[in-house]
Order: sequence, then structure tokens, then C-alpha cells
Amino acid sequence: MSWLTPDINFKIISPELIILIVALLVLILEPLLKGRSKNILPHISWIGVALALVSVITLWNREELGFNQMFILDNFSCFFKIIFLSGTLLVILSSISYLKEEKIFHGEYFSLILFATFGMMLMASSLNLIVIFLGLEIMSLCLYILAGFRRYDLKSNESSMKYFLIGAFASGFLLYGIAMLYGATNSTNLKEILIFTQGFENPLFLFIGLGLILVGLGFKIASFPFHMWVPDVYEGAPTPITAFISSGPKAAGFSALLRILLFAFGSLHIDWSFVLWILAVLTMSFGNVIALSQTNIKRLLAYSSIAHAGYVLVALVAGGDSGISSAMFYLLAYTFMNIGAFIIIIFLGEKKVNLDDYSGLVTKYPILGITLALFMFSLAGFPPTSGFMAKFYVFSSAIKSGYTGLAIIGVLNSFVSVYYYLRVVVIMFMRAPVDEVQKVPIPFFLGLALLFSVWGTLHLGILPQSFLTLAQNSIFSPF
Amino acid sequence: MIDYCWLVPFLPLLGFLLNGLLGKKIGKKLAGWVGCGSVFFSFLVALKIFSELLSYPASERFFQKTLFTWVVSGNFNINIGFQIDPLSTVMMLVVSGVGFVIHLYSVGYMGKDPGYFRYFSFLNLFVFSMLTLVMADNFLLLYLGWEGVGLCSYLLIGFWYEKRSAADAGKKAFITTRIGDLGFALGIILLFWTFGNLNYTQVFSQAPSVLSHGGALITAITLLLFLGAVGKSAQIPLYVWLPDAMEGPSPVSALIHAATMVTAGVYVVARCHVLYELAPLSMGIVAVIGAATAIYAASIALVQNDIKRILAYSTISQLGYMFLACGVGAFACGIFHLFTHAFFKALLFLGAGAVMHALSGELDLRKMGDLKKYLPVTFWCFLAGVLAISGIPFFSGFFSKDEILWKAFSSPHGGFLLWLIGFITAGMTAFYMFRLFCSIFLGKSRVEEEVKPHIHEAPKSMTIPMIVLAILSVIGGWIGIPHVLGGKEHFGKFLSVVFEKGPETHGIIHSAKAESLLMILSVLVVLIGIAVAYLFYISRPQLPKNLAEKYKGPYKVLLNKYYVDEFYNKAIVGPFINLALWFWKFIDVAIIDGFANGSAYILGWISGVARKVQTGYVRNYALSLLLGAVVILAYFVLR
Repeated sequence: MSWLTPDINFKIISPELIILIVALLVLILEPLLKGRSKNILPHISWIGVALALVSVITLWNREELGFNQMFILDNFSCFFKIIFLSGTLLVILSSISYLKEEKIFHGEYFSLILFATFGMMLMASSLNLIVIFLGLEIMSLCLYILAGFRRYDLKSNESSMKYFLIGAFASGFLLYGIAMLYGATNSTNLKEILIFTQGFENPLFLFIGLGLILVGLGFKIASFPFHMWVPDVYEGAPTPITAFISSGPKAAGFSALLRILLFAFGSLHIDWSFVLWILAVLTMSFGNVIALSQTNIKRLLAYSSIAHAGYVLVALVAGGDSGISSAMFYLLAYTFMNIGAFIIIIFLGEKKVNLDDYSGLVTKYPILGITLALFMFSLAGFPPTSGFMAKFYVFSSAIKSGYTGLAIIGVLNSFVSVYYYLRVVVIMFMRAPVDEVQKVPIPFFLGLALLFSVWGTLHLGILPQSFLTLAQNSIFSPF
Repeated sequence: MIDYCWLVPFLPLLGFLLNGLLGKKIGKKLAGWVGCGSVFFSFLVALKIFSELLSYPASERFFQKTLFTWVVSGNFNINIGFQIDPLSTVMMLVVSGVGFVIHLYSVGYMGKDPGYFRYFSFLNLFVFSMLTLVMADNFLLLYLGWEGVGLCSYLLIGFWYEKRSAADAGKKAFITTRIGDLGFALGIILLFWTFGNLNYTQVFSQAPSVLSHGGALITAITLLLFLGAVGKSAQIPLYVWLPDAMEGPSPVSALIHAATMVTAGVYVVARCHVLYELAPLSMGIVAVIGAATAIYAASIALVQNDIKRILAYSTISQLGYMFLACGVGAFACGIFHLFTHAFFKALLFLGAGAVMHALSGELDLRKMGDLKKYLPVTFWCFLAGVLAISGIPFFSGFFSKDEILWKAFSSPHGGFLLWLIGFITAGMTAFYMFRLFCSIFLGKSRVEEEVKPHIHEAPKSMTIPMIVLAILSVIGGWIGIPHVLGGKEHFGKFLSVVFEKGPETHGIIHSAKAESLLMILSVLVVLIGIAVAYLFYISRPQLPKNLAEKYKGPYKVLLNKYYVDEFYNKAIVGPFINLALWFWKFIDVAIIDGFANGSAYILGWISGVARKVQTGYVRNYALSLLLGAVVILAYFVLR
């Protein structure tokens, strides 16, 4: 047995390094800084994220492998990193005022978010199942803590505990699946698995491994029937963390799923597509139907996020170039519109999470009312917002691949979803305000995040081509 | 500058956004500056583009500038791109130039209106849409502009929406043109279906090889596109909205319902001349509808009493001339008349606005007269416009109208009858324009006593635009003086690149003698028209009354506009409302609502039951996860 020389290439992991260094810096500074000087921590964090975004953009259009084929830099991973980092940026910006309001302004909050982001980035740019698992665990552990960050609050504790228990359970499935795949193919490297699956003999182990991985990642992306944790966790977690969980980690789960299903198992599309077809239909329908009877806006968005995972699964079933690119476009669009909607909930605080609290919101906060309406229209899929274009691309990719039935079910599901999204708009615009507290000005950074989300939602809706081309240029060649 | 042609529509868009979002904050003065300034700079850019275009040799005056790709879906590819060629440049100049002058006029005219910001933002939005329409390099962008101008027209006709008649007129305009728009959209869809592409160059270059000459498909496409033009340009049978559209502010009538939007139909027909030349039947229909509309609208204008409505009917009639020109294959003549008409008709509307302004909103010409001494500037400007539209030699309208008459006569697509209709219409035009002119400015004053003391000339911001347009109305035609009169026909030559064989008529009777003879004839008929008007309304004012008494029947028919509105109400609107009521009461309420409510009820019930799965116990959640895993694995194992 010979020693491999370590294959270290710092250049290709520079965005990850930036995030890691900033996270550590924030962690070290937290006990050193006293009182008001702690205010600098979120700014260090978001500047770090912005720097990482810049470094991702400089790495665009390069294809490099490093760390003994464990790490890959390609446009696919860069695109996902843009999604993660944008989401993180929005969450950090909108957290500042929230944390002060809730009296939980601690530096570790930001470093945990950054560590979680690091985990996601690792997941998106790895070709090795073990590293994907590693990234997933780094991300998940941070999220478990963040979900319980309002320590004094019972619901937050419950959220954290439930997330942790079910998450650990699901991780077990994932790891077991990886072990099975290793048993079947003698490798954890996706490229080698790809070579194996293109062969003639595909042992049962291989499919059992794939099934277990589907369970593990299905948990992360909140697909039916692995979604049960979602409403409880979303409801209890601090709202910025809910926004965070519903965008980045979901996208990270999809990035891994895309690579595994459409790259490593691309040649076996016929074998797994039926399972995913069923999962997509059930996830869409279940999320949308149960969302109809929700009265808590965080729970409502939780079910909505389940439904959206279903739409992305449609793109996965479709597969091929357009399936991959439309899934990526969808996740980007979803990041902006979903976090955008959450920003308004963050602003209104943890005490105002019932739909009735939104009565007449538009008269009190016209800007917030109108933007929330915009995000609701986008989530429901109305033009000219990003939600419409995203759904359009996903469903047209399904039709292109011959899954017309699936596309029809998807469209019918969007019909159902219109009801509960527009109900929020109706309550905001057409009911008399319930007024007891005076108006609070919108904090600057939260407003900035809101503006950024509005821009994303409108830009992707009106001029979708720029980002769609980006997504089309960043697909890996499917198997 | 051609690379920056996107600035031309972009600047008014910026003005729209500024005034629309911040209008109230920046104050009236600045809002007016923004409104006028944006269009003015847009005009300057257009002018620069025009001069650059002239520096190229004629055959190279064609540019397509793609701003960005809007949508790509499969092989459906839409660019936001602009086409710069002689035709679009002429239209750009007209829209931004006349548009600017009218914006300037509006500063004075709308000065005291509380909806000042709204007005300017809509007007800017209109200019943006109209420029998009004429500059687009593909049919979809054209359609965007087409719908945009329709929307702005609706918004501005109903600008004083507190007034019921204005709100109704807005709706009427919108709904009537919508019938045409449907045809237009279908035409575009048919084009896409045939060519798989909507870019002008691709469609027009492929058309002769893909479509057979005179085939059913090309005829259908051209007729559908023409249906859109009929709606937007107020031709028979969809003209009914334009007279009512006079409920809007006068500058709006001048800009939208005289100079620019209503000419969009003519522009589209001219732009698609390649297609029309392939469909002789459609050409014939365009010519016949144009000629019929010209004489029909002129006959109504003879007896109307509302000054703006007379101008509206006159606009319809003049648009008919333009379609007549296009229909006989003289596209450049149609555009030339569009060009001159933009000046003198905008001027006449602005003049009518000044008269209204002076008379506290009076529109009935029976309550005017002898205003010359009160409104000297308006008088002279109006006179220039009247002379131009009547076709008095060496005023702009003379050259363009005469060329149309000549082409109607000499073109192989034309004929004696088309010429005769145009010829009679020319006489009628001269008559009703001078009737209008004499009743307003000359003769005895019939102004009501309480209005009289307030009569005053319009402020400078209103008179200067009128003077500018008056000068243009006089000299605007000189760039297209025909060969017969020793001119060089610069205008036709400039456009000839676009229309290749357009202005070159394969003359059957092409002789200078015939052309001069026809010219003299039409001048004569114009003079007769003027003389009759003078006789009726200045020297023997009781004569028209006697005539109306004597021919009561025909007079009433004309006065009531052939009862077409009544006919439409009875034959189309009424049954439609009944049908709509039936659909509402039966199909919608009983069937569709029942189905929708039923399915909503069922879904709600399912939702209520299914949510109970969410027990809140972690053990149940883990169980669900496990069950899912078992089912998936079972599928893979048992498959």
C-alpha cells in the first residue's frame, strides 16, 4: 500500500475557506467583545458572505477536481453556492433587528449560520458520498442548535428536539444507504458508481442503497412521507432560522440528490423514476391540501415549502438537461420569494404569526403589505414573478420528457395552492386592521434584504433568460 | 447613436416611472419638466439616429439592435430588439416630435387639473408604448406596444373618470379595439405557426418561398392583421369608439387619437407590405375598406355640431385615405399622408382645445362664431391646419393627399371608382373643415352671454406648440413634392428601401399629363367645397337650415351617424349582454361555481382530516419515515 500525496488545492475551495474563516473569527470575537461592540459581528458575517459570493463568481467556468477527487469545482456547484450564499446573506441581514427584539443577540448565532452554510457548500461540490454526508452533518448539527436558539421558549425547544431526533434517524438511513452502495460498487465516489451503473449487472444491493439514500435526503428536502417534522420545526424555530432551513438546506439536499440520481444513477432513470414520480405527486398534493386548513402563517409556509419540494421533484423526474436546469432555476427563485415572505414575518415578530394578525396589514404598512402580496403571488405562480417562470420551466421540462400527466397534476396543484396564498392577500387587503400597537419603522438592513428579495423575484420573473442561461450553463452532463 | 436606440423608448419609460411613483413628491413644476424633458431627449436621440441613417448609402440603412433575449423556450425565441430603418425612423420622429410638442401644450392645458401627475405619467407611458410599437424588430414586441397604447388610450380617454360619459367612452374604446386585437393576436399566432419565428427579417424573407401567392393562409394572416388595424385605426366597422374617445382631454385626442396611435394600423400594414403584396385579395379589401371609410366618415362630419367630433370623423376619414393608399400598393404614400396628417390634425385638435379653453369648455359650434378677434393666434394656426387638411396647393396635405388620389387612379391595384370616392371625399373634407372654421372664427358671434367676458387667448405654453405645428403643417409636405411639380420626392425615395418596389407603380396610365389633370381636378373640387362652405355659413347662413328642412330624412340619418351606434347596441351589445347574463346565471353560478365550490369543499374536508395525521408525537413521525422507507425498498426488491 502506498501513500497518496495529499492533493491540496486551496484555490478551488476559496469560497468555503472564506466562510470558514469568518465563522471562526465571529466565534473568537464573541467572548472578546463586550456590550455594544458586539453589534459588529453580523456585519462581519454578511461581509464575509458577500466576499464568498464574489469569490464564487470568480471561479465561474472552471472545472477542477481536487482533494483526491473528493471535491469538485464546476458551474453546477457554483450555481448552488450562489443560491446558498444569497439565502444566507438575506437571513443574516434580516436577523439583526429580530435578535435584538427577542433578546437573543449572541455572536454564535452568526457563526452557526456560517458553519451550516459551509456544510451546504461542501454538499454541493462533492463527488464523494462520504463528503456529502459530512457536509450534511455539519449543516444539520448547526441547524438543530439554531432551531432551539430561543432557549426560553418551549416551542423553540420542542422544535430543536424534534428536528434532532428525526434528523438523526434519517441520517442513519442515509449512511446505511451509502454503506450499501459501497458494498455494491466498491466505491463511494460518484464517478466510479456511474461507471458501475453503466455496466450490465446491477445487484439488488445497489437499489436498496439508492432507496435508503432517497429516504435520507428526502428528509432534508421535506418530501412526503419524510416531511412530518417540517411544520413543527418551522413553527417553533426562530423565524429567520425557519427562513434559513426552508431555503438553503433544502437546496443543498436537492444538489446532492441531483448529482446522485441524474449523474451517478442517470443511466438507471427507468428504474427509479417511478418512485420519484409517486413521491413528487404525493409531496405536491399533501403539502398543498393540508396548507389549506392552516391558520398559522409559519405552518402555512411550512406546508407550502413541502409542496414546492414536490414541484422540484417533478423536474428531477423529467431529468435531462432541461430537468436539471429548471430545478436549479426553481430553487433560486424559491430562495428569493420564500425568504422574502419570511422577512415580513420576521419583522412582525414571533407574537404575530396567526393569519388574523395580518388583517389590514396593508393600511398599516403599505410597503410590507404590497411586497408580501408580491411574494404570495410569486409562490402561487402568477406572472410576472419568478414563481411563474420557475413553474413554467419545470412543467415544460416534464412535458418535454413525456411526463405530461405529472405536469397536469402539478398545474392542478398550483390551482389549489392559489387559495391559501391569496387568502393571506385577502386578509391583508380586505379586512379591517386590528390595531393596538403603534407603527415601528422598518430597520435598514431588514429593508435591504427585502429589497434584494423583491429584486430577485421580479428580475427572475420579468427577465428570466439571464439566470436561466446561467443555470443551463451550469448543468453537469447528465450521466 | 444607433447603438443607443433603446434610449428612445427608454427615456419616456423613465419619465413614466418617475412621475408615476414620485409625481406627488416632486411637485407640479418638476413633474412637467420630467414629462416633457423625457420625450424631448427621446426626440433628440431619434433625430441623431435619423441623421446618422442618412450618412449611410440607401441600401445599407437597416439595423437590428438586440437589447437582450427575453424568453427562450424550445425553438421559440423572443428578443427585445429594435429595428432601425427609414420606416421606423420616420415613425420615431413623428411620435417623439409631435409627442413632445403636445406634452408641452399639456403643461398649460392641464395646469390646473388635480390629476396632473397621473396625466403626465400616462402620457409618457403612451409614448413609450408607441415607440416600442414602431421600433420593434419582431411581432411579439410589436404586440406589446400595440396593447400598451391600447391601455394608455383607455386610461386617458377615461382620464376624468368621475364623469360617467368619459368612463363609458374609455370602456367602449377598449372593448371595440379588443375585437380587432383578437384578430391581430390570431394573425401573429398564425405567423408563428407558419414560420416558427416572429422576427421581421426572418418572416419577411421566408414569406415568398413558404407561402404561395394569393393562397388561403397568407390571405388569412393578412386579413387577421388587418382586423387589428381596423380596430386600432377606427375603420369600418370598428370605428365607433373614436368619436366617443373625444371625452378625453384635447391634447390626448391630438396625440393618441389623431397623430399617433390610430395610425398604428397603417404602420402595421405598411410594415407587413411583403405579406400584403402576396395576398391581392387582402390588398383589395384594405383599399375598399379605406375608401369606404373615407367617404362614409366624411359624410357624417358634414352635419355634426361638436367641434371635436367633427375632427374625430375627419380623422377616421383621413385614416381611410391612408389605408386606400396601402391597399393600392402605394405604401410610401400612406406613410407620407400619416406624416403630414400627424402635424395638421394634431394642430387642429390643439386648436380645438384652445377654443374650448377660451369658451370655458364649450364644444358646440352653434354657440361660437366671430372668435377671430379674441383668439388671433389660434385663428391663424387653425387656418393653416384647415388649409393643409383641405389640400390647398403647397400646404402639406395637398402633396400627400394628391399623391394618394393619383396612385388610387393609376396603380394596377386601383381604379377609377376608388379614385372617384377619394375625389368626392376631398371635396367633402374641404367643405366640412371650412364649415367648422367659419362657424368658430367668422360670422356673427353666437357665444352665450355669461361666457363672453371670459374669452381669452391661450397662454404661451399652448400657443407656441400650435405655432410650431402650424409651420410644420404648411411646410411639412415639401419633402415629398412630386416630380410633376418639379419636386424630388425625397420622402418616397427615403422610404423606397423599405418598400422596394413600393412607390414604383407599373404605370398603365403613367403620364405626367394625366397626373396634372387629376391634380387640377382635385384642386377644383376642394375650391368648390370651400366656396359652398363660405356660401352656407358666411354669406347666406339661413341656407343650410332650409336645406336641412327640405331633406329632413337624409339630414337626420347623417346627424345620427347612420344610426350605427343604435344598430350595434340592438344587434350586438344587447344580445351579448343577454348571453352574458345567461352564462353568468346558468353556466357560471350553477355549474362552474357549483363544481368549484364542491371541489373546494371536498379538498377542505380532506385537508381537515389529513391534518390530524400531524399528531405532534415524534414517534409517529419516525414511524411515517420508516413506513416510507419500507415501501420504497419493497418496490425495489419486488419490482
